[in-house]
Amino acid sequence: MTTSATRCLLRTLDENYALEDYQSGVPRWCIGCGDNAILAAVQRLCRDEQLPPEKTVFVSGIGCSSRFPHYMHTYGFHGLHGRAFPVAEGIKLKRPDLHVFVVTGDGDCCSIGTAHWIHAIRYNMNMTVLMHDNGIYGLTKNQASPTSPQGLKSNTTPRGAHLEPINPVSVNLGIRNVSFVAQAVDWIPELLHDIIAAAYHHKGFSFVRVVQRCPEYLPDRYDPWVKNPDRMLLLSHADGIQISPELSRVYRHQEKHDPADRNRAREIASVSDPMPVGVLYRNRNMPCYEDLREPDKPYTPSMVGAALNREFDKFTIWPENGEDGGAGKRG
Amino acid sequence: MNARPRENKSSRPEAKQSQAGKAAQNRAPTPRRKDPPSPKGKPAVILDEHIVEIVSDSGEGAQRCGQAFGSIAARMGNGIWTVEIIPAEIQPPARSMAGTSGNRVRVSSHRVTNGGDEANLVVAFNEQVLLSRVRVNELKRGCIILLEEKWRSDPDPDIAASYVQVFDELSAGDFSVYEIPMEFECLKYVADPRRGKNMFVLGMLCSIYSLDLEAARQQVSFIFAKKKDKIVQDNIKLLEAGHEWAEGNLDIKFRIPSTKAQEPQIVVNGNISLGLGVLASGMEVCAMYPITPATSVSHYLSDVFRNVGGMVHQAEDEIAACAFAIGASYAGKCAVTITSGPGFALKQETIGLAVMAEIPLVVVNVQRGGPSTGLPTKVEQGDLLFACFGGHGDTPKVVIAAATIEDCFYSVITARKIAETFNTVVVVLTDASLATAQQPFPRPRFSEEWLSPPADQSAIPEGAKPYDWDDTTGLARRFIPGQPNGMHCLTGLAHDRMSRVAYDPAINQEGTRSRSLKLASLQKTLKTPPVFGDEEGDMLVVGWGSTKGAIEEAIERLRAEGLSVSSLHLRFLQPMASGIGDVISRFNKVMTVENNWSDDINDEIIDEENRRYSELAWLLRARYLVDIDCWSEVKGQSLKPGAIAHAIRVRLEGKG
Ligand SMILES: Cc1ncc(C[n+]2csc(CCOP(=O)(O)OP(=O)(O)O)c2C)c(N)n1
Ligand code: SF4
Ligand SMILES: [Mg+2]
Repeated sequence: MTTSATRCLLRTLDENYALEDYQSGVPRWCIGCGDNAILAAVQRLCRDEQLPPEKTVFVSGIGCSSRFPHYMHTYGFHGLHGRAFPVAEGIKLKRPDLHVFVVTGDGDCCSIGTAHWIHAIRYNMNMTVLMHDNGIYGLTKNQASPTSPQGLKSNTTPRGAHLEPINPVSVNLGIRNVSFVAQAVDWIPELLHDIIAAAYHHKGFSFVRVVQRCPEYLPDRYDPWVKNPDRMLLLSHADGIQISPELSRVYRHQEKHDPADRNRAREIASVSDPMPVGVLYRNRNMPCYEDLREPDKPYTPSMVGAALNREFDKFTIWPENGEDGGAGKRG
Repeated sequence: MNARPRENKSSRPEAKQSQAGKAAQNRAPTPRRKDPPSPKGKPAVILDEHIVEIVSDSGEGAQRCGQAFGSIAARMGNGIWTVEIIPAEIQPPARSMAGTSGNRVRVSSHRVTNGGDEANLVVAFNEQVLLSRVRVNELKRGCIILLEEKWRSDPDPDIAASYVQVFDELSAGDFSVYEIPMEFECLKYVADPRRGKNMFVLGMLCSIYSLDLEAARQQVSFIFAKKKDKIVQDNIKLLEAGHEWAEGNLDIKFRIPSTKAQEPQIVVNGNISLGLGVLASGMEVCAMYPITPATSVSHYLSDVFRNVGGMVHQAEDEIAACAFAIGASYAGKCAVTITSGPGFALKQETIGLAVMAEIPLVVVNVQRGGPSTGLPTKVEQGDLLFACFGGHGDTPKVVIAAATIEDCFYSVITARKIAETFNTVVVVLTDASLATAQQPFPRPRFSEEWLSPPADQSAIPEGAKPYDWDDTTGLARRFIPGQPNGMHCLTGLAHDRMSRVAYDPAINQEGTRSRSLKLASLQKTLKTPPVFGDEEGDMLVVGWGSTKGAIEEAIERLRAEGLSVSSLHLRFLQPMASGIGDVISRFNKVMTVENNWSDDINDEIIDEENRRYSELAWLLRARYLVDIDCWSEVKGQSLKPGAIAHAIRVRLEGKG
């Protein structure tokens, strides 16, 4: 009791949440799993932004990645496979004061939850989305996902995946009122953090596809890119992500890309080698559904009484000599 | 029972005779008059009640006419029950049986609780829509038919022939057919009689049933309130013309005595009643995906919900709608999602999540015929067991069924309250019959107690657990985002009191027990429903949902015949109130009457070992270990008191 009281006091004094304040439990992901890096980046973001834990909600679906909210000492909603988006929308609608994050996987988002994903882009509600794309179903043990490369051998595709993968970034860019799309990789922590921070700061539906390594089922899938920085394309812009001199020494392949340029964003997104990293597209003027749907007046009990009586009036038959006059007067 | 105009000898020959003069009418249709022509001020036959149908192609306004007729009668103080006759298709071809659209209005000198039996009088805009009603046996023997006669002289010989054929068939049958020059008369006032004929018919009906023309004028002004004055005036002109014409040309005149209610009454259908209930419950979010026959609730709410700061979210599908409502509930006040069978099926996984994570949620299922796409516009009570037991694993949820249109209103308020008190899912069942039917009920008096409290944002005491189940009741305080110290990760996985994922055998046992106990805790607060009729006797009929009025009317008729029958109607289906077993034990025989499927014990291969019972019968048999029988139909129609009475009589005689 004393310790927590002291902690509270300290907090009010210097408004300081530490990294530990956002940590909860020990993640149960495999060693080397890219999810760990994403968790670290997000906890750093929360600390940097000093998000009040009670005002922060992480919503997820089902999958290895969707375990994420359990490791955050905030509110968390670990719901159903594929249904994180509509849950998050329902939360955000009446609670603009809450910081809403969605954590989803490639199966969760691009397969079972696709309809919700497409519409979530349309609704453009203010939330930050982390799509952990490991190109495989991790939790259910190695089945091909919609983002698995063609030919990938998995438990359900022993002779190789049959189809071309979906490109999640391009799909986002295909929706007319998309407002923020970025791509990050788990093995460049600095950029991962900066990109998630940019997503967080954007007002609207901010989608970050995080290319995430699954050492358990696809140990060398991204090796060509991890081991050869020249196969990475870093996107920077005065109005986007800045790249530090240290990073620039390693990742020489860079492009100044204006996130307002949707056509160029589409071109960049369509190429997977070199692999682009950065903010591909941002439109700050896209209206958010929660603002469009904000009621003219906030709810009050007396308002309900008055409105209800007005509605009843429309349908009421008054007694013959009642105070309100004869039949039909109230029409 | 009442002074219904019996099939009177003079009308049929008269109607037939009209055929003879066909050639003349081809050029200038003249009304088929009685001989002598009915004078104005003819005496009215006093009736206890009548069932009137108005049917047309869709788009010709028969529905509006019927609703207006019902409303005027209600304003006069008559008991009414209106039922929509909905076409099976959106753009059916003209003059087709599938396109029959209209309204059935039961008008009575006393309060009515259901649509009654067959119709006593039908107004039809063409012979095909009329025929569709005859084919489904909706017309009483001796029914008066007022038929638009213009088809007789239609330039298309096939149409004219079809008209004559139907006319001849019906005139030869047990009906009194009057041919009415509706279009011919309307053309005197408007250029396009297809729009407006319904008001002419409304005027006719006001004359036939001696309704106040001034009240009718007011009703027409109300209907067209949003339209230009010219339109209002044209329609009033047509109304008056129809009235005038019927006064001068028809020999039928009835009066159904009325008594004005002392209390203000509201007249809405079941779906508007649900919508009003949502407003009154203090809920602020309704998430839905369009589906017949539930959609009109959200149409109504979309219009008015914003007046109280609420909103209707049309989601991308029913799964999303339910998940959205769950998200909104989780982060604040209880939300509602409204749907019908197929959508209810899609929502099952999300409903299970709300049960597991103990998030309050109201789910309204306006039932329609199933399975699959089934009978989208028609009634069935086929989702009771699904509502109670749907979902994988043990998903205890509360199921209540509205029995009347008034009930639709209060059920939503009750459901919201239970959902938030017990942190669980409450399913409200209504059906297509309640959805579109209208019956006046006392105007509710608003009470702030109906409303849900604002979302709790107070600090949680340090160390409190998000699922601190009470050992007796299973209840736990809900933590809402924004509450300091309440941080936890809610999960649909098995979890302990801290909401940590737990596969431990004892913990799953404890969590499942706690969720189940909540139903028992609610059950302890429920009162035994009252018996309709004597508390003991030869036969008890048990029902649920929209059949209440029809069952009780059947029981009333049988009791008037001296039979020892009573009925019991259940609103709480899960959990069921205590004391029901006692009621059942006081009767020699018990049966349910339901609008869903049950095998007929008389079918060749059906016996006690393979018979599938009606849904409530299954529930009662399982709980009370009594050999409870059932009678049911799945005709897509509301059950009729006459059919129910017949079924009960047969069972009482032991022939079932
Ligand atoms: C309705 C439903 N279908 C299937 C599953 C089984 N399931 C759980 S996670 C998952 C796939 C997870 O893949 P992904 O979203 O890529 O997450 P990852 O484990 O790779 O992080 C599946 C199929 C489920 N939980 N619910
Ligand atoms: S299976 Fe793959 S995705 Fe899942 S925790 Fe292990 S490494 Fe990570
Ligand atoms: Mg995956």
